[in-house]
Amino acid sequence: MKESHGLHLKTYLFIFLIVIFAPLGNTLLGKGMKSVGQARGFSPAALLETVIRIATSGYIWLGIASLLAFFVAYMLVLTWADYSYVQPASSFSYAVVAILSYWLLGEVVTPLRWLGILVICFGVLIVGRTHPRTTQESTHA
Amino acid sequence: MRESILLFLIIVAGTGGELCVTRAMKTIGEVKDFQPVALLRFIARATRVGWMWLGVALMTVAFFSLLAMLSIENVSFVVPVTALHYAAGTIGAVLFLKERITRERWVGVFVVCIGVTIVWLSRR
Repeated sequence: MKESHGLHLKTYLFIFLIVIFAPLGNTLLGKGMKSVGQARGFSPAALLETVIRIATSGYIWLGIASLLAFFVAYMLVLTWADYSYVQPASSFSYAVVAILSYWLLGEVVTPLRWLGILVICFGVLIVGRTHPRTTQESTHA
Repeated sequence: MRESILLFLIIVAGTGGELCVTRAMKTIGEVKDFQPVALLRFIARATRVGWMWLGVALMTVAFFSLLAMLSIENVSFVVPVTALHYAAGTIGAVLFLKERITRERWVGVFVVCIGVTIVWLSRR
């Protein structure tokens, strides 16, 4: 009973990390790219200049580190929790990214965009409710 | 137009990359030994599979397309619209991995597509 409680706690903690690190990584990449700016052209020199500006941006590296932390947490939680449990739970990251972009980047999130994000979360929840393995079922049928 | 091309690259190259890496992993087989030496041997084996290189190349294209789109559009727009990978992944799973998709999962993917359309319409 105590072990099950611990497992639940551990799972919630890792899902929390997933829901925080993935949106945080994308938000930091967004901040980094806003400071880097758009590529001035598609010539090799212009593209190389953009790549150098990206590689020297601290926000980009922080974003990559955050996404790596998300990836490790995601891989680890999948070693004991079901994919069909983790996937819908992590759908909340779409809502978190909107909150973080509002707080950290000052983006305006319109009610229509919120509606779209909520519909996406709902769609991902439906996908997550389905059986994660359908090919084996068809073999037995 | 530029945003549509970048979104197309993020979705198609990203999903294509994941499918190629999945195929490479299936070729290599399940990892049972997690000792550092065994993991290094596993990585060395992975580098000899063509699908792995194709997958990494496609994922690189998807990542730089994501960066390019983030330099143009807001994060609160870019990340939700990339949820389209659920649709691309489902179609890819049917075509390349021969998976059988339940009606409920198609409904979920359809709802995601509606959500993405709403977010797309909210573009400034």
